[in-house]
Amino acid sequence: MMAATAGFDFRRWRLVLLGGFFVGVILFAAIFAPWVAPYSPLELDVTQMLQGPSAAHWLGTDELGRDVLSRAIYAARVSMQVALLAVSVGLVGGTLIGMTAAYFGGIVEQVLMRAMDLLFSFPAILLAVVLMASLGTSVLNAMIAIGIVFIPGFSRLARASTQAVLRQQYIEAARSIGMSDARIIFREILPNIMAPLMVEAAVAFAYAVLLESALSFLGLGAQPPDPSWGNMLSTGRGFMAQAPWLSIVPGMAMFICVLGFNLLGDGLRDVTDPHMRE
Amino acid sequence: MDIRSRAVEDGRPTLSIRDLTVDFPKRSGSFRAVDGVSLDVWPGEIVGVIGESGSGKTMTALSTLRMLPKRAIVSGSIELGQRRILDLSPAEMRKLRGDRLSFIPQDAMRALNPTMRIGRQVGEPLVLHRNLSFKTAISRAVDLLRAVHVREPERRVADYPHGFSGGMQQRAMIAMGLALEPELIIADEPTTALDVTVQAQVLKLLKEIRDREKTSILFITHDLGVVAELCDWVYVMYRGKVVEQGSVERIFTEPREDYTRMLLAATPTLFPKVAS
Repeated sequence: MMAATAGFDFRRWRLVLLGGFFVGVILFAAIFAPWVAPYSPLELDVTQMLQGPSAAHWLGTDELGRDVLSRAIYAARVSMQVALLAVSVGLVGGTLIGMTAAYFGGIVEQVLMRAMDLLFSFPAILLAVVLMASLGTSVLNAMIAIGIVFIPGFSRLARASTQAVLRQQYIEAARSIGMSDARIIFREILPNIMAPLMVEAAVAFAYAVLLESALSFLGLGAQPPDPSWGNMLSTGRGFMAQAPWLSIVPGMAMFICVLGFNLLGDGLRDVTDPHMRE
Repeated sequence: MDIRSRAVEDGRPTLSIRDLTVDFPKRSGSFRAVDGVSLDVWPGEIVGVIGESGSGKTMTALSTLRMLPKRAIVSGSIELGQRRILDLSPAEMRKLRGDRLSFIPQDAMRALNPTMRIGRQVGEPLVLHRNLSFKTAISRAVDLLRAVHVREPERRVADYPHGFSGGMQQRAMIAMGLALEPELIIADEPTTALDVTVQAQVLKLLKEIRDREKTSILFITHDLGVVAELCDWVYVMYRGKVVEQGSVERIFTEPREDYTRMLLAATPTLFPKVAS
């Protein structure tokens, strides 16, 4: 089976490709929103309030006559920005904490990991709401709050992966050529724990989109009139009977986005998992 | 005249260990892994430390590198040249490792970082201790790999460790150990993971290095064949103590201690003598 080993193994990568396709569509919409969206997301047209899907407005209009498709496309921007920054905060913070804890062990590890346990013991939404309440409501604060929610998860994963890497002989070898602790952590350990962290980041990304929507739904994230899937859903709820598309469109957008990132994460885990390789 | 008597005449040993004791605290009392070991390695000498698993030979080597687990309690004295190893600060010790003192581990495959190219790893000591840029260090790595007989080193420096065979990986580790022309190389069973033909090549290489660079080598092993092949002087360790020492010829021809005799007798041979 030379051809199979040499060529691209489609079966192994199919989840990644499918997830990547959904993610790609959403990212494309988010990045190129001003060119992709047919209308401005804030443009009012009182003559066109609560219109169903039509040739002019493919996915209908909302209670103020704004184009729902355009708002959903712009909302992708908010979701992607929030998720990207939140996951970065969680990934960087959690990885640093986890690696430090595992590497130095002892009292350092106890203090750091018990603090993480404390953070982990709050339900994610509650923790985010509390943080938002104390930080104030804005998109930036939503990013930070969601990022903090992610830190414990990443730190546990980073700690466990670091502990596995620390048992490897190349760490001993690195020490035997006189490498410093910081250099061992960043040059020897970090590259070897990146794979599981990336998988976790993809899954966290999906979760960040959901959390952001939940916060916006509760009125804590993006503030009207700026569109976000969460606040679109929240407004749409009041018009469920007359204009179901107001709820269905942002709901579908979230569904596609979260599904995409989850497939991508699962797919990457399968691809990087040595047990799955033939 | 053997190397040892020649070296003893003109000066000091490269490595001198006196009354080294290593204890590991346990819940009740402690476990003594190394018990009053004294040994010397003279310039240009290959010294074998032989013993079964748990005899304390690796602990002795790790003490010299100050790489024992933190909970170990070490006493005695270790001198490398004029430096008292056990009195150095961690930072001073770090400067010594990989520079004046290098370590070749047992399993090269697992001692190389799988995510880093060979050239960077072999050149790393030069970056750490001589402040070379990675670019110059990698070009030095090419020379080092050539010196340990890796074919086409210019091309090979860009490989990742998994692209190297077991023997080549061990050569790369040796090249890394040689980078800064250390006074002492500590090799902890460097040939155990290799098959016999590759093993012979690596031993030949170590001898060649000793002859060329006049480096002292402390060779930890449980393999008597390797000792006979390579070493000038041998220490036999058993349960944390040195039970016998002597030149290779003497140890093999007229062992004085019962344990050494047992060890020699335990070596499997292709044609066992029929008991008379």
